[in-house]
Amino acid sequence: MTNSWQDIKNTDLVLIMGGNAAEAHPCGFKWVTEAKANRGAKLIVVDPRYTRSASVADYYAPIRQGTDIAFLLGVINYLIKNDKVQWEYTKNYTNAAFIVKEGFGYSDGLFSGYDESKRDYDRSSWDYEYDEQGFAKVDTTLENPRCVWNLLKAHVAQYTPEMVERICGTPKDAFLKVAQMISETSAPDKVMTSMYALGWTQHSKGSQNIRCMAMLQLILGNMGMMGGGMNALRGHSNIQGLTDLGLMSNLIPGYLTLPNERESDIDTYMKTRGFKELRPNQVSFWRNYRKFFVSFQKAMWGDNARADNQWGYDFLPKMDVPSYDVLRAFEMMHQGKMNGYFCQGFNPLMSFPNKNKIKAALGKLKFLVVMDPLKTETARFWENHGEFNQSDPAKVQTEVFELPTTCFAEDEGSLTNSSRWLQWHWAGADAPGQAKTDVWIMSQLYKRLKALYEKEGGAYPDAIKALTWNYKDPNEPSPEELAREFNGYVVADVPDPADPSKMLLTKGKQMVAFAALRDDGTTACGNWIYCGSFTEAGNMMARRDNKDPSGLGVHQNWAFAWPANRRILYNRASADVSGKAWDPKRSPIAWDGTKWSGPDIPDIAPTAKPETVMPFIMTNEGVGRLFVHKLMKDGPFPVHYEPFESPVPNLVASKVRGNPAARVFKGDMEQFGDAKEFPFAATTYRLTEHFHYWSKHNAVNAVMQPELFVEISEQLAELRGIKKGDWVRVDSNRGYIKAKAVVTKRIKPLICDGKPVHVVGIPIHWGFMGATKKGFGANVLSPFVGDANIETPEFKAFLVDIKPTTPPTDAPATS
Amino acid sequence: MATLEIARQSATRGGITGALPLKDTFEVAKLIDVSKCIGCKACQTACLEWNDLRETVGVNVGVYDNPHDLTENSWTLMRYTEWDNPETGRLEWLIRKDGCMHCADPGCLKACPSPGAIVQYTNGIVDFQKDACIGCGYCVKGCPFNIPRISKATEKAYKCTLCVDRVSVGQGPACAKACPTQAISFGTKAQMKDLAQKRIKDLTSRGYKNAGLYDPPGVGGTHVMYVLHHADKPQVYASLPGNDVKISPVVELWKGVTKYAGMGLIAFAAVAGAVHHLIVGANRVTEHDEQEGKKTLDGKIKESA
Repeated sequence: MTNSWQDIKNTDLVLIMGGNAAEAHPCGFKWVTEAKANRGAKLIVVDPRYTRSASVADYYAPIRQGTDIAFLLGVINYLIKNDKVQWEYTKNYTNAAFIVKEGFGYSDGLFSGYDESKRDYDRSSWDYEYDEQGFAKVDTTLENPRCVWNLLKAHVAQYTPEMVERICGTPKDAFLKVAQMISETSAPDKVMTSMYALGWTQHSKGSQNIRCMAMLQLILGNMGMMGGGMNALRGHSNIQGLTDLGLMSNLIPGYLTLPNERESDIDTYMKTRGFKELRPNQVSFWRNYRKFFVSFQKAMWGDNARADNQWGYDFLPKMDVPSYDVLRAFEMMHQGKMNGYFCQGFNPLMSFPNKNKIKAALGKLKFLVVMDPLKTETARFWENHGEFNQSDPAKVQTEVFELPTTCFAEDEGSLTNSSRWLQWHWAGADAPGQAKTDVWIMSQLYKRLKALYEKEGGAYPDAIKALTWNYKDPNEPSPEELAREFNGYVVADVPDPADPSKMLLTKGKQMVAFAALRDDGTTACGNWIYCGSFTEAGNMMARRDNKDPSGLGVHQNWAFAWPANRRILYNRASADVSGKAWDPKRSPIAWDGTKWSGPDIPDIAPTAKPETVMPFIMTNEGVGRLFVHKLMKDGPFPVHYEPFESPVPNLVASKVRGNPAARVFKGDMEQFGDAKEFPFAATTYRLTEHFHYWSKHNAVNAVMQPELFVEISEQLAELRGIKKGDWVRVDSNRGYIKAKAVVTKRIKPLICDGKPVHVVGIPIHWGFMGATKKGFGANVLSPFVGDANIETPEFKAFLVDIKPTTPPTDAPATS
Repeated sequence: MATLEIARQSATRGGITGALPLKDTFEVAKLIDVSKCIGCKACQTACLEWNDLRETVGVNVGVYDNPHDLTENSWTLMRYTEWDNPETGRLEWLIRKDGCMHCADPGCLKACPSPGAIVQYTNGIVDFQKDACIGCGYCVKGCPFNIPRISKATEKAYKCTLCVDRVSVGQGPACAKACPTQAISFGTKAQMKDLAQKRIKDLTSRGYKNAGLYDPPGVGGTHVMYVLHHADKPQVYASLPGNDVKISPVVELWKGVTKYAGMGLIAFAAVAGAVHHLIVGANRVTEHDEQEGKKTLDGKIKESA
């Protein structure tokens, strides 16, 4: 989230699209009801289904899954055509005026530089024109035909309300109603918040779905504003913490990236991470990258990370591919190229696409280690559960180790929520049986690996042997010790250059803020964005002061929000160029004549003069990007691409299947089905009654939703002869599931380009373990392909067939 | 609860401490704002957890309602209705939390023949006392909202207590506490009526011209009230009885005129018996009676041998 859960109460308009907050985030949804009840805010829901969120919405519009970009580009087109643009914001705070160089182009769904054989782009033409000093050229009159604004205008022109209806199946009047309601927030003192979740990320163009909305919010002037922003509703209680700490194959904590194999030394590595300012007088905050990176290396390897060994740069793995994401990992496993797997708090058999492929891949492992508080299906992939999980255990050679762990309520630490808050929690109960904390298990692994390396050597023992491990109990570092390390500490005294008798930083003290981190080895910091969370003043994450003097939901002394306890990102943009609040009643910060002040921490240097430094200091332009130079794999502007399995042809890019820059492994392309055999558009989702594949182990949750079902319209039920409560079989080209039929008015056929598209809704949550009735996993059906940029699987849009069937058969009980 | 005063109890004239009226200043109410409810079932879950109830894991029969009806273990239930609003032509998903309404004039209490099995406290809460319950099921017949359920295992009646154990120590009901959107509020009845008016104003401004409070006068008003977007049509909310809901006339008759007529009959029988005794005297067993009786007994012994 750029803003916070509490801040949603400040909005005028909530747009829930690409998510279902009432269903999947019921506790956070309370802030929507607050905004509605106390501010008279309106709620719009755009979704293929009339959801629980829609049930309390002021307006609901249907949309075919996987067509959000067409809808949103249609809204941008509407704003431009009807002059509903926050002009002062757009001209000053976005790159609308930047001039794009000759050679950049777009036609028939493809940008310049496409190489079909590689399914990738040469992105060199996706760039600005630069002057002699290396600054991007701009035309503030917006007259230059190659300025971003005019390119955008041309790019969105084809997404007319009629085209939106043809692609999305959203009736034109419904689309226009939504566009009109959104357009009202282009007034400087009106805001809209975007609440989205996996309904946008889980597509082969997931990143562009979100980018498209971010562009819309920039044009409306809603970024940095209270009650505005881009608010990603994270799907697990600590999934924000997972990404913050870099638990992705290609990241290190704080969104720093691992080197690739061509970056053999630190200077080469830093060459592409310099983030030079692209406009005069701007602040490009990522220029501090090296300070964060060196401090991270010091936290990892302590005295073994020195200037003379490039701060231990060689200890880091070098990527030979862009990422070892889960799809790639299972592809390799499936090919027999990966033979051991650690599964920590993760149930891939159920939660990854194409279950049959995942199951086959697990069966090729030599060993599988599952660390989990629950009895997961993954640890039992080899068991025979009849139709629910057909297997011949005698033929599976994988050795499975199950290590029971504590769950969140049984240990201490911090969870990072969607609002970027690090909230400390304490153990509520002792762990049962032999369960151990994940930290204890990982420490034992480390100790044993290190001992083996010391005894037997190996290809490269250095990285493990050199690791710093200064904890009171090396068998189990305490959560507090780990938190202090993430915050960072001073490694060596740093005298004040102005007065050498004083110390700028004193050895052994906790770091106060990331601004003080250094690249000379005098500071260590495990995660620069968490710097400030555990200082000499104590554990900031454990603060529980709920006072809110401004009444605007800032709660400055409750827990700690990264970065720097800032509650609203880009909050400098909540004021006009001169520093005056666009809306004084909802102002996080404003220029008081000498500095930025207000209830929130300024997202800019506190004394940075207005009119000079622009608000988006995390971009090297200093402004928000309507056009992304080079950074996105699949285009500087979003384009409507159909899902890889689509019921209709792509009306704006007829020759392109799916996202042309998405990676597809050999064999998976062949497993995509087509609309002749699988005519219906399926999507998967969560239900309020359950949390992923956990809560089915809980008797009370099992009562609330006991059995797997699929949802279909009355029309599709009629077409296929299905009655409410019947057993149905749903097939994709990868397998089938059986489920009960919920026949509902809440799903209606969508008329796309004159033809009806039937939607089949499939909740996840069921498996062959737990307290519910046994059920098939929805991901038997989903396709093995991910987003072009970050490889999040396309769970939200694929093709199926559905027909009545008989109940599933379980394996005979063994005693 | 010992700390609460009883206003009325079943099959008893007056309460234990005499016939106390419901105390205006003290009457509590739960307000369920259907327009704020997202149907998450947190209330159902909280009810099971707080009351330590364990419902059986059922099956899906093609709807979201689970379990499919109130049971002796499920004292509250979300009922989902997909309703095409004929006036707007738009679909509405109406989600109503069903459970005991805690009527000011409770049909269950009126119908109950077992003294003290159903009580009403002065704060308006209607509560079943299982020690005195005889499992006859009259309360089910007496309830105009079809709420109480009889357990086959214990042969007792069960329903929502309005968390009387929590309320008596100054806390709100578990369902209200668990509700994430504050669709369930709890306070004095006067406060809840005020809150309802605020909500109705908001709903009216959003085009729900018939938004209103459900507090049916036919049962003397209720201590669980609803804010409805379509208060003129309570029936669309999973067959919520109309605003004119009343206790069944059979119960009124049974406990009203019939009760006194019945008591009159019993009294008449007693009086008639006494008069008969005085005039005719006690029955005497004759020698003939003894002989006949002996024959019958002998025959039975032979048969069984």
